[in-house]
Amino acid sequence: MLPSVLRCVRPVSTSLSLSRPLAHFRPHMDPDPSRPVERSIRTKLTDQLTPDHLEVHNESHMHAVPPGSESHFRVLVVSSQFEGLPLIKRHRLVNEALKEELSSCVHALAIQAKTPEQWGSNPSLAKSPPCLGGSRGDHTVEEKLKAGRE
Amino acid sequence: MNSLIRNTARCLRSGAAVYIPRQADGRVWTSSARFLCAAADIQKALGDIVQKDKVVVFMKGTPAQPMCGFSNAVVQILRMHGVDDYASYNVLEDSELREAPNVTLVKMTSLDWNAAFSNQHNNKDNFFGVKAFSNWPTIPQVYFSGEFVGGCDILLQMHQNGDMVEELKKLGISSSLLEAEKESK
Repeated sequence: MLPSVLRCVRPVSTSLSLSRPLAHFRPHMDPDPSRPVERSIRTKLTDQLTPDHLEVHNESHMHAVPPGSESHFRVLVVSSQFEGLPLIKRHRLVNEALKEELSSCVHALAIQAKTPEQWGSNPSLAKSPPCLGGSRGDHTVEEKLKAGRE
Repeated sequence: MNSLIRNTARCLRSGAAVYIPRQADGRVWTSSARFLCAAADIQKALGDIVQKDKVVVFMKGTPAQPMCGFSNAVVQILRMHGVDDYASYNVLEDSELREAPNVTLVKMTSLDWNAAFSNQHNNKDNFFGVKAFSNWPTIPQVYFSGEFVGGCDILLQMHQNGDMVEELKKLGISSSLLEAEKESK
């Protein structure tokens, strides 16, 4: 029985290893084109909230973390599952869907959770406020970046 | 190896340290000297903290100097409504805060840590347990009258849709935006 493990792991490219011996080596500054965390977020939100519309934005580049990080995200979820729910319950649903990512690699998650009707009357993505550099002084961010690299 | 075992192993190797917060204005919520306390005490302490003041904010930095754009947004929203007198707790650790004599540093044993947080999905990244306490994975966190309201996104939407004025009224706080609106009429 395989335990289910969140893989915040960069896939190793074995096919290149014959011609380029150091292909498996990824310095942490190198952005991972496969974007595993973003894909995982997208998959889980799609599976669990069956959204009419979904946007997942990696905003790590707007924060005090190395290039290529997958630590700060903004998600916009439009789902009829939010009907009748107060904002806090909607956000908790999103948090629950992404709890593995939030407890490992993802440090910040901005959420917009709208019903289809709300989205119809105001189809706009909110903007994140400018970073004030807090991630630099935050040792827990360093741990999450490490988790993302492992 | 699942994440729980991995996190526990990490704690056992490094030794978990939990920092009791000092309020932004320098007040400590406890005047005791250094002591060892169980996680349950910290959760209870957080319960007391959020009840003690009408508006409580856990943030990065201080209202005078926020260290995070999202935390700053919360500060700005409260300021716009004329809410300046609230309790704020800075979750960022800095060496001065750690070493300062009037901060109580609590070091829990690995077993205590494991027992306290084994069912939490966010074992090692708890700051001083506020993420576990609120069952909310991010900072900032806002409490009104002991009840968790949400983070930056929720506060912003409450501000935009008028709910903030209503919620503050329930706390007995008259939003300055309401005053401004009355004056302009």
